[in-house]
Amino acid sequence: MKKDLLGIADLTPDDIYRVLETADAMREIGQRPIKKVPTLRGKTVVNLFYEPSTRTRTSFEIAEKRLSADTLNVAVAASSVLKGETLADTAMNIEAMSPDMIVLRHASSGACHLLSRICRSRIINAGDGMHEHPTQALLDAFTIKEHKQTIEGRKIAIVGDLLHSRVLRSNVLLLTKLGADVWVSGPPTLVPPGIERLGVHVTTSVDEAVQDADVIMMLRIQQERMQGAFFPSLREYFNVFGMTKERVRLAKPDVIIMHPGPMNRGVEIASDVADGPYSVILEQVANGVAVRMAVLYLLAGGVEDEAAA
Amino acid sequence: MSVVLDADRMARSLARIAHEILERNRGIEELALVGIRTRGVPLARRIAKSIQDISGHEIPCGVLDITLYRDDLSGNTSTVGPQPVIHKTEINFSIDGKVILLVDDVLYTGRTIRAALDALIDFGRPRAIQLVVLVDRGRRELPIKADYVGKNVPTAASETVQVHLTEIDGRDEVEILP
Repeated sequence: MKKDLLGIADLTPDDIYRVLETADAMREIGQRPIKKVPTLRGKTVVNLFYEPSTRTRTSFEIAEKRLSADTLNVAVAASSVLKGETLADTAMNIEAMSPDMIVLRHASSGACHLLSRICRSRIINAGDGMHEHPTQALLDAFTIKEHKQTIEGRKIAIVGDLLHSRVLRSNVLLLTKLGADVWVSGPPTLVPPGIERLGVHVTTSVDEAVQDADVIMMLRIQQERMQGAFFPSLREYFNVFGMTKERVRLAKPDVIIMHPGPMNRGVEIASDVADGPYSVILEQVANGVAVRMAVLYLLAGGVEDEAAA
Repeated sequence: MSVVLDADRMARSLARIAHEILERNRGIEELALVGIRTRGVPLARRIAKSIQDISGHEIPCGVLDITLYRDDLSGNTSTVGPQPVIHKTEINFSIDGKVILLVDDVLYTGRTIRAALDALIDFGRPRAIQLVVLVDRGRRELPIKADYVGKNVPTAASETVQVHLTEIDGRDEVEILP
């Protein structure tokens, strides 16, 4: 792996499998009475979050603490960013205090790449604008692999707001790298032009995407990023694109239903589906900690080909 | 290259160790074996089988990966060293109050055992921990001593001790490489 984790685009299939295998070993730590190993003792990790986040920030923080890193959360709402400091200046100032890693979430696509160029610290992308959210895709892959054993050849339907979703981009890159049959579906106004060039099937019919799927991945309607009317009403969106029990029946009998959160119940997903027997939504959250521990561990060094005895 | 332990002698050493373990520990119900990855694991299983053959008691057997406890991972932050692969630790029983027999193939500097002790203690509070090794090659860097030794093999720092086990390498043999 490289110095930073900026996106799935930079990873090879071997890198991805390495993260997933490491995460599998990390998961056991969370089941111990003492949920902590000394691996990153003395390392400082700064969690720099420019956008609100509960799941991702908590997940990173728990992962860091389980590896014994010293963690620091910069809450941008209470920081000098409000006084007009640029991202680069904030990063240089944090960098001057010599942390080992910076976990960045930012509303602008490419913010992590900027930091990667100017910082010596390792940068982990925790979501940059509409670009990538690599750790989410890795934890999704981990969850799929756990239920389906393999990713290659599986039919995976991704439904919802494709345009604004960094989760979609990271997942499509990862799943196609590993040879999955990826179908994406959403209202034409929320389908990014040219997405089929990423090697996915595009359809406006949710039923077609979901038919015989092994995995259904729902995406959140991101109203905070929508400037303009992309569909007539939330109720109409639910009727045409929402995941209901009836639609789930079109998929394979052992389908799993995923959602990166936060969910809009009754908008993209019906409550009885979100809480139903096929839902692995909370498993995704649990797996997120193990996957982030793996990423932190692997970035703390390089990666060698085989373990020393 | 010289072979210091062949398959036959290795089997005898392990059988002897199983007897010694039973001789030294009264309460067999309290015993549990934990093998250190990679080659401590099949060794622990073989000793567990021996003890079962002799006494009729089944001894719980766990697997310990010490990678996350190594002292050479998070030292100098400026070095971008490669990171070793981590495998699963599987200890599916409570170690509280147990006598843990920690099993590894080679005892050398003692750093692996130091890490293993730290790792074990994160799982609970064993009544005692005893160390079983197939080969003690000397040259300790830490004050650590084995309780049961298959064979003492004095070595030079430049030499390498290579343990081959059927389960992993297809044959049982210990050799010293220059």
